[in-house]
Amino acid sequence: MTNSIGELEDADCIVVIGSNTTSSHPLVATRIFRAKQKGAKVVVADPRRIQLVHKADLHVQHNLGTDVALINGIMHVILARGWHNQAFVDERTEGFEEFRKVMEQYTPERVSEITGVSVDDICTIADWYAHARAGSLVYCMGITQHTTGVDNVKSLANLSMLTGHIGRESTGVNPLRGQNNVQGACDMGGLPNVYPGYQAVNVPANQEKFEAAWNGKLSDKVGLTIPGMLEGLAEGSVRALFVVGENPMMSDPDIHHVEKALRNAELLVVQDIFLTPTTAFAHVVLPGASFAEKDGTFTNTERRVQRVRRAIAPVGESRADWEIIQDLSNRFGYPMEYDSPAAILEEVSRLTPSYGGITFERLEGDGLCWPCPTPDHPGTKFLHQGRFSRGLGLFHAIEYKPPAEVVDADYPFWLTTGRIHVHYHTGTMTRNSPSLEKEMPEGFLEMNPEDALALGVKRGDAVKVASRRGEMVIRVDVTTRIRRGTVFVPFHFIESCANILTNPAYDPIAKIPEYKVCAVALQKAA
Amino acid sequence: MEYRTVLTTCTYCGCGCGLYLEVMDGRLVGTIPCKTNPVNEGKLCVKGWNVHEFVQSPKRLTRPLLRKNRELTPVSWDEALDFTAARLREIKEAHGSDSIAFLASAKVTNEENYLIQKFARAAVGTNNVDHCARL
Repeated sequence: MTNSIGELEDADCIVVIGSNTTSSHPLVATRIFRAKQKGAKVVVADPRRIQLVHKADLHVQHNLGTDVALINGIMHVILARGWHNQAFVDERTEGFEEFRKVMEQYTPERVSEITGVSVDDICTIADWYAHARAGSLVYCMGITQHTTGVDNVKSLANLSMLTGHIGRESTGVNPLRGQNNVQGACDMGGLPNVYPGYQAVNVPANQEKFEAAWNGKLSDKVGLTIPGMLEGLAEGSVRALFVVGENPMMSDPDIHHVEKALRNAELLVVQDIFLTPTTAFAHVVLPGASFAEKDGTFTNTERRVQRVRRAIAPVGESRADWEIIQDLSNRFGYPMEYDSPAAILEEVSRLTPSYGGITFERLEGDGLCWPCPTPDHPGTKFLHQGRFSRGLGLFHAIEYKPPAEVVDADYPFWLTTGRIHVHYHTGTMTRNSPSLEKEMPEGFLEMNPEDALALGVKRGDAVKVASRRGEMVIRVDVTTRIRRGTVFVPFHFIESCANILTNPAYDPIAKIPEYKVCAVALQKAA
Repeated sequence: MEYRTVLTTCTYCGCGCGLYLEVMDGRLVGTIPCKTNPVNEGKLCVKGWNVHEFVQSPKRLTRPLLRKNRELTPVSWDEALDFTAARLREIKEAHGSDSIAFLASAKVTNEENYLIQKFARAAVGTNNVDHCARL
């Protein structure tokens, strides 16, 4: 997020696109409700009539995978009516002319045809957002999990720069990060191209810095992303996979393909707190400790680093994950001698400029939002004030591209996937939580009443859902939350695993799978 | 009876709500929201209120497991870690560092993620490190 969570309540126009905020980030949704109470205009762009829609001033249901077209249409209107912030564009950005030329082609009429959103609604969003004092965009995986994920994000960046809605209090571009410490895992270099603090592995100065700190030769070759690892396992160039706290047998697209890859591993090590569908293929399973059994820090979606504290001893013989890795490293022949997570964080601070001033002691109280480069730095509430990280903000002239798979005669329904409020990701934790499991013990498929009528099914009936990758049987929830021709399945349930169906088509840059769009066929199950 | 509360951060979504775990006689018995936390200001969602529940599930993994005769079999830490270290060394020697890949985790701490990628990069010698940021 460019802003902190609390700032959202003082925005006067919030556009939520591709985020089911009340389900997936309830305590961010609270701030959107407060903004609404204070008089903000709230716009929701989502193919489903999610709960937030009931509080919204405007809801548009654009066709799956048409985000770029919708955002371009909004920007076309803003430009055509002269509502853009020319002073901001002149002072803070570059690439505007080329961008403007492409936007000229996205007339509201053409965009309405692509997206299914009315011309009036496109103009209303443009009006409210452009004329806001503090406009804030909120998005989540509904924007990113597409073959055009990077284009979608860049389009939102264009929109914020065009109107100057960035770099101020309550004003910015706010991606909500899905996992409790996905921000931290990225910050700590859990990515194939960067060391901690986003320092590129293929820049010689960075390599030398970390070679000196870590006492060894490092590779300058950018590593594999998850799809590359699975591909490597399938074809034999990758022989061993070490998995910590992840469940690719449920979380990755096209599960049948994942299974083939994992079966091919010479060595699969899984470090987790429960047996999972992934451990079924493991050669070694190492019992880690949960968040309640160890000390450390998590970094949330607003870049706030906060303390995790040990409340109880590790369950059974399980051990904190840092102790397991350290023990393994020593046996492997690379010595590690940390006596505590605090000592590890000290090393992180020395090597990671944005964490330079972060220590366990300073995190008492509210925690600290990075960048926090020095011991006396107060942390950074919102980003890009006065200057972008790269200097000038770059407009990208982006054309709309359809999703990788579209409906046809054989697979006539659109499928989109997501989360529900009582469950979390692959359910490893929530489905082992009796109170949550009791609320919703089974997956379901949301279908519009008209589609249900045509298929001859009613609520609770089982249907067979098939895509080009696989098929499964699931019960139907008949609801107007979803529009005709589209169905929704949550991905938490192994018994009706949505990712058997999803399409392993990836964004060419971010390698993010297109979970939010694929084509399926439906029939009443016998 | 010993009762205490421990201030910590929720392990579910990216909000990062502050909460107190209630501990009675060494067992988690409940969760209370933290009123002064700047994110949640004394509120929690249904997952947060119940975040203590999965921790002591009878299904938790309590011992290292090693596949023997096709079955995952409980073994000592020494056996599990010696086996893993030896196999990783063998595979590195036979097929090179880049034949080994690591998935770090959006569920474990910053310090643990740092160590995982340090082990991959400095010990094994590969940048094949990723995690579920996109999922």
